[in-house]
Amino acid sequence: MSAGTSLGRRLVRAGSLAAALGAWQLLTAYDVELWLRFAQFPTVGEVASALADRVGTAAYWQDLGHSLRRIVTGFLLAAVLGVAAGTAIARSRWAADLLGPLVEVVRPVPAIALVPVAILLLPTNEQGIVFITCAAAFFPVLVSTRHAVRALSPVWEEAVLTMGGGRVRVLWSVVLPGALPGVFGGLSVGVGVAWICVISAEMISGEYGVGYRTWQDYTVVDYPGVFVGMATIGALGLLTSTAVEAAGRRVTSWLPHATAGAPVPDAAPPGAPAPRPVPVPEAKAAPDVGTASEAKAAPDAKAVPGEEPAPAAGGHPAAEKESVA
Amino acid sequence: MSVPKSPAAPPRTTPRPAGPEGAELALEGALLGHPGGAAPVGPLDLRVAAGEVLAVVGPSGCGKTTLLRTLAGLLPPLSGRVLRDGVPVRGPGADRALVFQHDALLPWRSVRANVELPLAIRGVDRAGRRRAAEEWLDRVGLAGHAAAWPHRLSGGQRQRVQLARALAGRPRAVLMDEPFGALDAHTRTGMQDLLTGILRGSGATVVFVTHDVDEAVHLGDRIALLPSGRVLDVPRPRDRAAHGAPETRALRRLVLDSL
Repeated sequence: MSAGTSLGRRLVRAGSLAAALGAWQLLTAYDVELWLRFAQFPTVGEVASALADRVGTAAYWQDLGHSLRRIVTGFLLAAVLGVAAGTAIARSRWAADLLGPLVEVVRPVPAIALVPVAILLLPTNEQGIVFITCAAAFFPVLVSTRHAVRALSPVWEEAVLTMGGGRVRVLWSVVLPGALPGVFGGLSVGVGVAWICVISAEMISGEYGVGYRTWQDYTVVDYPGVFVGMATIGALGLLTSTAVEAAGRRVTSWLPHATAGAPVPDAAPPGAPAPRPVPVPEAKAAPDVGTASEAKAAPDAKAVPGEEPAPAAGGHPAAEKESVA
Repeated sequence: MSVPKSPAAPPRTTPRPAGPEGAELALEGALLGHPGGAAPVGPLDLRVAAGEVLAVVGPSGCGKTTLLRTLAGLLPPLSGRVLRDGVPVRGPGADRALVFQHDALLPWRSVRANVELPLAIRGVDRAGRRRAAEEWLDRVGLAGHAAAWPHRLSGGQRQRVQLARALAGRPRAVLMDEPFGALDAHTRTGMQDLLTGILRGSGATVVFVTHDVDEAVHLGDRIALLPSGRVLDVPRPRDRAAHGAPETRALRRLVLDSL
């Protein structure tokens, strides 16, 4: 929606950020001590100059590359595995019986609590961090995929069956594309949770990486450095969640949006009588409209790893129920 | 709505290929319904000849949709047999296309890609299915909407796309579940004329569910009444001019009395 954002709204957004930075600068520059203690807190200026110093070093970019590589690997693995497992559980009774209980038992365990498991199981630290990242993102993707697949209207599957399509065709032409809006809700939550876990895992057991560096700075009392780390994490998180959002919008461009407006006028042949407009039943034609906006808010919500996202996949037209007459 | 009065009227660059031979459909003592569901329908004996247009009329909830779903193979009969050309039906298949009462277009596929789907399933190459899809869209008067998402179309337009999609697969039987039920009277008339034009040329067997007696009389070769299973012949010719004819009026009264 940002494409249509007016200048006024942009100003408000920039102003909000500037006001927060200004308040920070004032509170720290004057070492305010009003219950909250800002005396030890680095000023915006100190953080900015520390950032400027760091950006010039190869180590900064190396850390950034390490963290990005870990999250991309773990997240992509989680996306593939989560969609596959979620679809299987939703579509197959066997898979539901075999995987369902296992998933529900493992899901409440915070991914970061899997550090000992990762150390025991995997030969290298690097693989352990990727494992934890993957575990963190896996469950939101699985759960939202499962919901999205279950919420699909049976009429689409029946349509494909009566065209002679089989199970594989139904999977590729109905289940996966139809579940995409819900899947992307899970991916958006997942990428946020993945950042939380990759940074935590780096702090605990990492060599290199933004989380590792931030913790190192803390142990040597380099507070501006800690804030540089936090700002870097924030920027990277914004980058990845924006990428997921953009990809999601791209592949779900078929969703009716509020801005899509009225149906296109009928291409009346010349001389035809003026057609009587037939309104589109908006409510019926609006599955998952809320997904994009819900998903957008989700990564900021510091979701507990494995926390079930809002039933983003709901709202499919249930009107087909009556088709059994 | 701009439903063409006669779809065969505009000159075509490609001649219409000969349609497939219609399938003969039959129910033999078939009890229709869902296992453990509400009161089943039947047992019914019904024979639909190859190429025939059978209208199925009955009050709401009498099992019209259940009958279609059973013929399509989506719902096995509780007892008795469902036959296609004398062979028991084991499941859904491309030979019997179902036009759903409610919009069953895949919303993530463009209008054209929806119409291409049965051809893709049959393994038609990309160029061939694109050509066929555009021809069918042209025939239902929606050539200009090929690239649109289904939700951008009106209800009547979407039903026309569904019709094009069903026919693009060259089914031997077309099963239609009140395809015009949700449309206003004007659009409905246009759709009926369009359907008559297309179906007469296709050779496919048609089973057409409606709650509108006039529609049944206008479109059907015969009319099956549910839940009794009684079948009535419709006198020919059945163009719109014949609507006021005494035989038509008598038939309409007979149908209404039988329901």
